[in-house]
This record gives sequence, structure tokens and C-alpha cells, in this order.
Amino acid sequence: MWTRTRSYWPYLLIAPAVAGGAFLLLYPLFKAAVISFQHFRMGELIRGGAAFVGLDNYTELLTGAEFWEVLLRTVVWTAINVVLIVGLSTGIALMLVRLGRGLRLALMSALALAWAMPIIAATTVFQWLFQSELGLVNWLLVTLGLESFQGYTWFADGTATFAVLVVLVVWQSVPFAALTLYAGLTTIPGELYESARIDGGTGWQVFWKVTFPILRSLFALVASLEVIWVAKCFPQIWVLSQGGPDDATTTLPVYAFKIARVLHRYDLGSAVAMLTVVILAIALVSNLRRMVRQ
Amino acid sequence: MKRLLLNVAAVAVLVTTIFPVYWMFLTAFKPTRDINSPTPTFWPADPTFDHFVTAVNAPGFWTYWRNSLLVTVGAVLLALIVALLASFAVARMRWRGRGVFVVAVFAAQMAPWEALLVPVFIIARDTDLLDSLAMLTGVYFMITLPFTIVTLRGFLDAIPMELEEAAQVDGCSRMAAFRRVVFPLLAPGLMATSLFGFITAWNEFAFVNVLIIKDQDQRTLPVWLSSFRDVFGTDWGATMAAASLFALPALLLFLLLQRNVGTGMTAGAVKG
Repeated sequence: MWTRTRSYWPYLLIAPAVAGGAFLLLYPLFKAAVISFQHFRMGELIRGGAAFVGLDNYTELLTGAEFWEVLLRTVVWTAINVVLIVGLSTGIALMLVRLGRGLRLALMSALALAWAMPIIAATTVFQWLFQSELGLVNWLLVTLGLESFQGYTWFADGTATFAVLVVLVVWQSVPFAALTLYAGLTTIPGELYESARIDGGTGWQVFWKVTFPILRSLFALVASLEVIWVAKCFPQIWVLSQGGPDDATTTLPVYAFKIARVLHRYDLGSAVAMLTVVILAIALVSNLRRMVRQ
Repeated sequence: MKRLLLNVAAVAVLVTTIFPVYWMFLTAFKPTRDINSPTPTFWPADPTFDHFVTAVNAPGFWTYWRNSLLVTVGAVLLALIVALLASFAVARMRWRGRGVFVVAVFAAQMAPWEALLVPVFIIARDTDLLDSLAMLTGVYFMITLPFTIVTLRGFLDAIPMELEEAAQVDGCSRMAAFRRVVFPLLAPGLMATSLFGFITAWNEFAFVNVLIIKDQDQRTLPVWLSSFRDVFGTDWGATMAAASLFALPALLLFLLLQRNVGTGMTAGAVKG
């Protein structure tokens, strides 16, 4: 009945969405690209009239040591978080399938609640949990016999701050991944498992030979979404440590923000942003393509 | 034995998942002397509302609360209306450029918003939109729009076109068929989608930090909460009360709409 409408109606209907995307997404993206090729600092921000300097900003970034340190840190940060998130979520999803109804609903509600917890609220709670004198984590560790954590200041040490941030981001991200993977698991017919069991498969084999291949694209999707979220995660890091101590938690988005807003190097910050976009795009496209093809 | 082990593990996961949320509310209701005692208590033996009173009376709390609500509701409503139009065009019409539009929406869903902080700041500055809630609403609208289109399109696809056709055969105009037949069926989808939009906008922290600079009265709750050290010093009871007040709308909405969310997720995912 409505196979091909030869009218302006569809275009009228998408016009607001297209206009929004053009002004608030494409234009800023274009602007970032332009600024990354300009000399654009405090003076240009106030007076305008930024001059084009070619690849100077990119050269400055790529020849300096700091960018590569931050990039490496971002890769490590993303890898640790995503491996933990996908691993734990898979375990929890498999657990949910096997649980009795009551406990399963309770666990799912708990996951939903943690998922809905606003980022900044959760970050504030983690600051309190890891507080040095009255924080619960130190109390727990000391009670368990680790006396050295008496009054331990987590946020003074780079590695410790990094670890707290990993715990926070994993805690925030697992609910979505676990519930999504669980939803995927429920679509696999039980007969498949039965026949695999009859053929003598162990639990481990059944997972890798039956479950994983069927849900490969879902795993790829979840992993890719987590890569994006973790790599560009900003509020948690900024509120908890502002990238410190000693830059130990400065990942690419924090770095871009710091050099733009703190040092007023809008040109260099835009160059970092553009490189982040390119790196993420390459990582995602190749990852998704490989996972789907296999 | 295996059963028992599984249940124990499940309870452990459950406790870990829920504990930070519980601890936030618990601390908010604890008297200060319990919070400051070296051995923590895990049960509100002597609950008090003192910390909530402190938080609510903190300078600017109601202003920030109102700003957050204005920006969030504005962005969500705008995104819903714009997305409804677009997703109707995608789900119910065939037109040249439809495929390109769908791909563009998917790409926009993965937009690197954190990378756009600087240009958005400069654009807002050039157009005199710094320190304005309107600009913030616009950005949040655009952040939630692609997702809203994708999910609503999934919901629309799940509603058989025959229903509308039948209504039209019975003499309804296309508009009336949509309003009377599709719209009621779409209600759960609209609710689920708006929930995600709500949480995104309610949570947003980076842009409000960049776009609201001088006029403190235009700030939103996340910024206020993140600067709690300036507001409350080391008063963890008041800080947790403030965090609870900030988290409560999101948590309540989520629990209320949880069922719709499940269907929304799958409806959106099928067309993924």
C-alpha cells in the first residue's frame, strides 16, 4: 500500500532530525577538524582570526612523548576494563540462566538498579567507600588482616587511583552487559544444550562450541560498545582524580580536556580529539568486521 | 552441592551490585557520630533526616534541581517529537535516501561527544550561548536523538502496518490512523525510550562543565554534586544525602518503567 511515496512528506518528517544533526553534530565535528589545523589559543578565542598552520598541531603531538604515553595508558585502561566487564558479564549472564526464579529476579533487579545509578552519584559514593580514614574499603581490608591499609590514602598513589577507577567503571558497566548477554542467552533453544551434553561436552566445551558461536555478533556488539564507553569515559576520571596523581589516570579524553580548558590550547585539544575519533573508528570497524565474519 | 555453590555465588554478586547504592542511602540516614565511628554499622539503627536538611538547604540546591529538570525534560521531549517524525518516515515510507539516513543515524549513535567539547564550547561562545540552558538542552537533545530514533523505529516496526491500513479502509485519514491506532500501541516504546534519554541528560557532566562557566545559577545537579567538597567539606552524611537526592529520580523512574525497558531493549535490538 505504501511502497514508494513520491512526495516530499518523508523529507519533511526527517528534516528536524537532519537539521539537529547538521548544526549540533556535523558542524562541531567540522569545526574541530578546522581548529586542529589552526593556531587557536586564548588570544584567538577572544579576538578571532585564527591562522592556518597546516599540520603543526599534529606534528607537535606526534613527536612529543606525552601523547604516546597517554595513548598507551588509554589502551591499557580500555583493555583492562573491557576484559573484566565482558568476562564478569558473561559469568553473570550464564549464572542468571541457571538460577531459580526468585533469586534470578532479585539479581536482575539489583543489576537494573546499579545500571540506573547516575554516574556522578556512583562516583561520589566510591570516593566515600575508598576514603582513607573512615572509608569502608580500608576498614574491610584491615579487618581481613591487611594492617597496612590502616588509613591508606588511595587517591595519593597513581596505581591505586587507577585501580579504584577500574573497579568503579566495571561496577557501572557490568549490569548493562550482563543483562544484554542474558537476554541473548535466553534465545538459544534448550535442545541445543541437551544434544551437546548427550554428545559428552563439558560445560566449558559447550560454552565455546555452542553458546559463543551462536551469540558471536552479540558478544561483538557488547564488546564494541564497552570499548567506546570505556575509552571515552570522562566524568568518573575527572571527578575522582582530574587525571592525576602525576597524570597516572590521564586518558585521551581527559588529556584533550586538560590541554584545551586548562592550558587554553584549543588547537592542540582539537587535534587530540580528532586523533581519538580516528583511532576509535579504526579499532571498532576492524573489530566488528572480524567478529562478524568469523 | 553445585546448586548451593551457584546460589552462594549469585548472592555474592547481588550484594556487590547493590552495596554501593545501599551504602549511599544508609550513610545519608546515619547520624554523624555513627558515620565517624571507627567500626561501621550496616543497619540504620537510629535514622535521621538531618543530612537531607543540610543538603536541601545548601546554597543553590533548588536552583540546580530546577535546572536539571528543565534541561532533562526539555531535551527528552524534543528528542521524542523529532524522533517520532523521523522514525515514522523510516518505518512506514519508502523514499530515496532512506538507507543513507538509517546508516547516518547509526553512526550518530556512536558519535564521539567527548571529542566535541572544544568545538561546541567555541560555537556556543561565538553565538553568545555560553551559560545558557537552551544550548545545554540542544546538546542533550542531540546526544539522545539517534538512540531515540533507532528504538522508536524498532517499536514501530513491531506494530503491524495492517492495523493502520484497516483503520484507513474504515475511513480514517492517515494522520487519524496514526493517532488512534499506532500511538496508543507505541506508548510503552515512548516511555522506555524517554527513560534512556532522561538518564543520559540527567547524568551529563562534561558539557555542562564546559558550557556553563560564569553564571553559577545555570549549573545542574551533577556539577554541584561533583564540587561537594567546596559545599560540604568532609560532611559525608550531607554529601551522601545530596547524592541520594540526585540519584532518586533516576532510580525510581527505572524501577517503575523496568518492564517496558526490557521490551524496548529487545525491540530496538531486533532491528539492530
